[in-house]
Amino acid sequence: MSSRENVLGRIRAALTDVPTTESPQDVPVPRDYRRSHAEGDLVDLFAERVADYRATVVRADVTQAAEVIGRTIAGRGLTRAVVPDGFPPQWLPAGDRTWLRDDPPLGVARLDAVGAVLTTAALGIAVTGTIVLDAGPGQGRRALTLLPDYHLCVVRAEQIVGDVPEALARLDPARPLTFVSGPSATSDIELDRVEGVHGPRTLDVLILTETS
Amino acid sequence: MSGTMDGRGVVFLGSPAFPDAARTALADTRLRTNLRRATTTIRDKRLQVTGELDDWEDLRAAGEAVKRRTLRHLDVHLLRLEESVTRAGGVVHWAADAAEANRIVTELVRATGGRDDETREVVKIKSMATQEIGLNEALAEAGIAAYETDLAELIVQLADDRPSHILVPAIHLGRAEIRDLFATEMARWGRPAPEGLTDDPAALAEAARLHLREKFLRAKVAVSGANFACADTGTVAVVESEGNGRMCLTLPETLITVMGIEKVLPSWRDLEVFLQLLPRSSTGERMNPYTSMWTGVTPGDGPRAFHLVLLDNGRSDTLADTVGRQALNCIRCSACLNVCPVYERTGGHAYGSVYPGPIGAVLTPQLVGVEHAASLPFASTLCGACYDACPVKINIPEVLTHLRAEVVEAKRAGRRLPSPEALAMKAATAVLVSPARLGYAQRAAALGGRALARRGRIGRLPGPFRGWSDSRDTPAPPTESFRTWWRKNREGEQG
Ligand code: SF4
Repeated sequence: MSSRENVLGRIRAALTDVPTTESPQDVPVPRDYRRSHAEGDLVDLFAERVADYRATVVRADVTQAAEVIGRTIAGRGLTRAVVPDGFPPQWLPAGDRTWLRDDPPLGVARLDAVGAVLTTAALGIAVTGTIVLDAGPGQGRRALTLLPDYHLCVVRAEQIVGDVPEALARLDPARPLTFVSGPSATSDIELDRVEGVHGPRTLDVLILTETS
Repeated sequence: MSGTMDGRGVVFLGSPAFPDAARTALADTRLRTNLRRATTTIRDKRLQVTGELDDWEDLRAAGEAVKRRTLRHLDVHLLRLEESVTRAGGVVHWAADAAEANRIVTELVRATGGRDDETREVVKIKSMATQEIGLNEALAEAGIAAYETDLAELIVQLADDRPSHILVPAIHLGRAEIRDLFATEMARWGRPAPEGLTDDPAALAEAARLHLREKFLRAKVAVSGANFACADTGTVAVVESEGNGRMCLTLPETLITVMGIEKVLPSWRDLEVFLQLLPRSSTGERMNPYTSMWTGVTPGDGPRAFHLVLLDNGRSDTLADTVGRQALNCIRCSACLNVCPVYERTGGHAYGSVYPGPIGAVLTPQLVGVEHAASLPFASTLCGACYDACPVKINIPEVLTHLRAEVVEAKRAGRRLPSPEALAMKAATAVLVSPARLGYAQRAAALGGRALARRGRIGRLPGPFRGWSDSRDTPAPPTESFRTWWRKNREGEQG
């Protein structure tokens, strides 16, 4: 007997108290919990909660994107960054800067050395201050937002949802997903929180709003 | 601290008699201080962030119900998961016990390599399932180095090779000791610690970052556990803080995930409950820094091969007990540990298992058979704090009482209850409050547990604490390291 049959057989033998007529759907799951715990303006809440993790939040009108991005990375002393395909070119600041494309794919050593990446996001979650990446346009594969030490992530205001249930309902589970809530952190040494272990040590989040 | 905790039935801590050995006492004082600080801090944070949600009780009820739905039809969900993962390009393996899981992982790692004599290594994300089965030891025996990449685990692993060093988790260690450990040990495993390393936590974290980065960048194979896996979509989720998880899940060519069969969730949608319950219960955060989810393999992004090893190892036995079954609801948040008055005093080592605290007291005896861990169901005051804290509403006091009855029943029925166990039950008070004696017991337990993990079901070897499989936080130093012991004894143990 294969282990598969063995394990399944043991599970079935263990469940003799479950009537054979019962199906999984017959076991009730009360979903009385809220779809969202967000109150007030979603963008304000998102900005506040992201800042809670000591990530830097910048808000700007979409027409100012290039200017604000230029100022932000200049403030970090950066002159080059990886920019995944699909990142809106009109958001890239002009001037003497190097934008690296991931085509052909950059090696890990190169990514490690580059030091910065600019991406968009799939969505933002206001209550938890989370940005979600799904490798869609402007986000690139997962390694791009992992190895560089600096990540500037652009979230459009209309991409911000209230809470976790709303976010999951919008996401495609077939895509590789990364939920980012602040920079990486550890409390393993005498319970002192240290930010920046393996992921990018600096996370700037730019929220773009559209004034029509 | 004295023997009264909350005015209820005090089972073990009636007469603290701490050891004379100065070193042990010192370690113990620090342990207790650190534990109290840790549990208090996390407890307060947890109460604050769970208090933010006015429907917290509804979320708990939903979490419990989803787990009930999962367990009552576990076979159906696992088959569905297998189908979904396979469809998405993953490969599913079934392991009846620890030995089989270890064998599967070892063979998978071997299959990725080039020549036979090539040094092999894997990077690992901290995982209770792989600790439970003693995977690192099994891999080491096969000549494969497994590097733990979680900072606390790295510290422990670096300490592990120093026979004279106290085998304790990072919480026992002060920053100065961690600095010394990094300065002396890192070079033996890879990139040395930077010159002039200070004991500033940020500097220590930076040293760990550089040391591990070298391993991440060259790693070909990663091994992880899983927090959740959705049967309908085949999506697997890992929740973490440091980013070492993302490194392991993203950079290597092959990813091997070892997951207890109870971790499956019926649907993708169910994550909306658990991604709220887990971070808030665990670290007291609204959301942990990183959560990764993947479904099979994605061309051009992440590993090219994904293997999911579904581990039974006593879980189906646990499932058969309609009262004890609920212990399989556990999402390993550790909230019950942080509220437990017994745990706060004894630390994880007292439970002698990778699963410490209240959940360990109900899970371990069920996984290994109650006759093999008969003292554990008594390691509680039944104060009920764990039940209130548990995000999936495991009624730990109920299961404890139930298991106690089973222990008594087993004795009355004259079932072969090993005499060392009976002794252990009587002596439990002393053991739980005396790190020196505990350490002694633990060494026996650790050696037995690790050795038997490669043979099969935990709980087959003789020894007073058979089946207690992990003791990395043993508070007293072993007279010889596991490696030394292993070299001396392996011939006779070869089965
Ligand atoms: S049993 Fe303990 S660790 Fe498991 S889910 Fe409940 S509180 Fe968390």
